[in-house]
Amino acid sequence: MSLENRIAEIIVSRLNVKPEEVTDSASLKDDLGADSLDMVDLMMDLEDTFNLKISDEEGNTLQTVGSVVSFLKTKGIEA
Amino acid sequence: MNLNATAVVTGAARGIGLEIARKLISVGWTVAALDLLEDDLKKSAEELGESYKPYTVNITDSKQLAEVAVAIGNDLPAVKGIVNNAGVTRDALMMRMSEDQWNLVIDVNLTGTWKVTQAFMRSLIRAREGSIVSISSVVALVGAAGQTNYAASKAGLIGMSKSLNRELAGRGITVNVVAPGFIETEMTEKLSEEVRGNYLSRIPAARLGLPVEIAEAVAFLMSSSAKYITGIVLPVDGGLTT
Repeated sequence: MSLENRIAEIIVSRLNVKPEEVTDSASLKDDLGADSLDMVDLMMDLEDTFNLKISDEEGNTLQTVGSVVSFLKTKGIEA
Repeated sequence: MNLNATAVVTGAARGIGLEIARKLISVGWTVAALDLLEDDLKKSAEELGESYKPYTVNITDSKQLAEVAVAIGNDLPAVKGIVNNAGVTRDALMMRMSEDQWNLVIDVNLTGTWKVTQAFMRSLIRAREGSIVSISSVVALVGAAGQTNYAASKAGLIGMSKSLNRELAGRGITVNVVAPGFIETEMTEKLSEEVRGNYLSRIPAARLGLPVEIAEAVAFLMSSSAKYITGIVLPVDGGLTT
């Protein structure tokens, strides 16, 4: 499965949204309805899934689906 | 009845914690019983049967707690209840209280509760339901000479729970505090007649409470009847604080 698809799957299950809503430019908070607790839960899920640490500062930059994908790529995660 | 849900109960090997475990099992919970006292855990497991799952753990040890959380996550139904009951006392008048006495009581009663809650709360958040009950004490509300450490730790639980309630209530999770008064336990059995009489004179109900009366209150707050009750401190004290 591609990195994009794996991330989309996590977002769909955590935020209870439809797969077609999870586009590259979709804002996690504004478009997908994540509140602060969802964001923390999502970050912890990404940490567990991809076995990495996400600092609070890094977490704050993850505003859109696309930014999550590119962030993980900068961490060397491809799939 | 089987709720197919696990309640983590700390200090569940004996005393009030054991009564809470017994009551929760009777209404369908699986209980993950956390305690330091391995022998008492074994004895209670023999008595309460297979819904009582004993785990020997020191709740001040984050590493041990993380391991137990993984084991419980793998082996038991989803955790939907947390009962923070474990506690210790190290009484001394403040002038004579050592820093060790202060630290131990804060570490176990307050920081330990924070650690246990943090270790298991994600399961409740995922389930979008559940309840967290922390056992405080009337001493948090009225104070007691010789217990500045204990009262501070138990009052700390109230502020912690009220704040956590604001984080979690939107997820269908209730966060409450039960504040027992003077309860018949091994601890109060050891009191002299004079001290006991002094307690009794302050309790409108004119008797000590029973552990099962605390357990009943906890089970109610964790039941579907109490879904809209959250962020409260419920004294179970025969009228002592009224």
